[in-house]
Amino acid sequence: MRPAEIAHLLKLEWQLDRRQKHAWGSMALYVVSTIYICYQGVRHLADIPIWNALFWIILLFAAFNALGRSFQREDQGRQLYLYTLASPRSVVLARTIYNALTMAALSLISLLAYVLFIGSSPMDHAQVFTFILVVMAGGIGFALVLTLISALAARAGNGIGLMAILGFPIVLPMLLSVMKASKLALDGMGWDVTGKYVLWLLLIDAITVALAWLLFPYLWRD
Amino acid sequence: MKGWWWKGFAVVLLLYTVIVGLRTPLGPALVHTSITRIAPGEVSLEATGYNTHFTTGTPQVWLENDGQRICASQVKALSDATLKASFIVPLGLRNPMTSLRSWDALDGPLVLHEAFFTEGRGTGIAEGNCAVNETPRSGFAFPDRAILNETIRNLFFHVPMWFTMMVLMTIAFVQSLRVLRTSDLDADRMALAAVHASLLFASLGLITGATWARATWGDWWTTDPKLNGAAVTVLIYAAYLILRGSIPDGHKRARLAAIYNIFAYVLMLVFIMVLPRLTDSLHPGNGGNPAFSSYDLDSTLRAVFYPAVTGWVLLGVWVYTLNLRVARLKELSDEANDG
Repeated sequence: MRPAEIAHLLKLEWQLDRRQKHAWGSMALYVVSTIYICYQGVRHLADIPIWNALFWIILLFAAFNALGRSFQREDQGRQLYLYTLASPRSVVLARTIYNALTMAALSLISLLAYVLFIGSSPMDHAQVFTFILVVMAGGIGFALVLTLISALAARAGNGIGLMAILGFPIVLPMLLSVMKASKLALDGMGWDVTGKYVLWLLLIDAITVALAWLLFPYLWRD
Repeated sequence: MKGWWWKGFAVVLLLYTVIVGLRTPLGPALVHTSITRIAPGEVSLEATGYNTHFTTGTPQVWLENDGQRICASQVKALSDATLKASFIVPLGLRNPMTSLRSWDALDGPLVLHEAFFTEGRGTGIAEGNCAVNETPRSGFAFPDRAILNETIRNLFFHVPMWFTMMVLMTIAFVQSLRVLRTSDLDADRMALAAVHASLLFASLGLITGATWARATWGDWWTTDPKLNGAAVTVLIYAAYLILRGSIPDGHKRARLAAIYNIFAYVLMLVFIMVLPRLTDSLHPGNGGNPAFSSYDLDSTLRAVFYPAVTGWVLLGVWVYTLNLRVARLKELSDEANDG
């Protein structure tokens, strides 16, 4: 595992995604169409708890959808090829970093689309900067936890369905704490109140990455 | 058969838990008064006790406000569980809440905290001649607490279920580590047997907890962090079983299941330790609610709780070894059929 190797793998991911533009397009489309459907159902939402909960549900399912394909696209042959070239720990770290960046971007896109369609009145008294920070931290947290789960589901030969079953109970506590933190930020609470939730999120993130780093080599070899 | 003694020990401990845990009476307590507000002047009230002996114990009754006492001018036991008391309440009690206290020869000192709102308050009263007896009661009984009442016995059943579950999940975790180190299929069978047994105890924990919550909180389930933690735990291990079910190949199944188990177990421990500290909880022992140990001043609860925990954990391990034997025999019979 070398930094140069990770950087190289990151570049590879980026090039693959650039070549398959439909992958990015499908993620964005998934979010936008989900939000549009919600918009048809509720028009504008002014109630803060419901606005907040609906946003996190949309982001959670977007995360499952986006990260589910993270290990799915490798066919057996290319995986074997990658296996001979790079250390498994580099692969999982590169994939985790890439997924975290993807989810950070996707959570911002989701928030933008959500505000456009469902309305921004719940953000009137919010600590906007803290709120955006919590949203991004939540998106990145989902990415970190779900990367290993996505690899597991792909190795089990069972796609998004299995991933949802395996990932949901593990993501749930994280979801509860980011929902609470973002609700507090929307109510106008500053960093002094929401800070402990974000710190707790960072703790889970650190443990998750450490576990993925330790466990992935066993998953990778066949 | 060697090594069976601990199973006998488990049975003895659980018999002790069931018999002593359910047969021991609750200690006497004052539970109700006929009025909830006292004003200066003559006040007469009826107090209700639980497991008390008012007719034979010659009770003394007094009011207490911020450490100052007013003894009853007249006390009459109507039955073992009800008595009538009259007071001359003076003007000038300090505290907005007044407690009702009593003592009798059989029940010892009893108290109903903050029983009355106080009217006609001032800066304190001149205490009259009100000497009270506070000799404690003797005898073995569980503490009687408001709201909890008889449900306090659930301590011997609900709490050990979760302890047992954690022990079994730890066994599964250790066996999963062994799977990754040695690719030993028998270690995988051990992990699975432990997970099955732990889910059994988790279900029992949920059932005893929900019943208790219905009796004390008024609802089967609430969005309490402790309850969320329990739900997440059960979902994680149900997902573990589904993951196993979706992989046909034995070695691959063992490895992937072990990876998920290790990942989930470590994160679950973090959740269970941190989550209840982040939000308010109604659960005893969390968020400012006292754990049962604070009620247990004379250790009567501990005298049953510790044997109960030991007994249930041993029973859990016993269930696990039975599961494991069944799994191994099934494996042998499958091999024999294939051969």
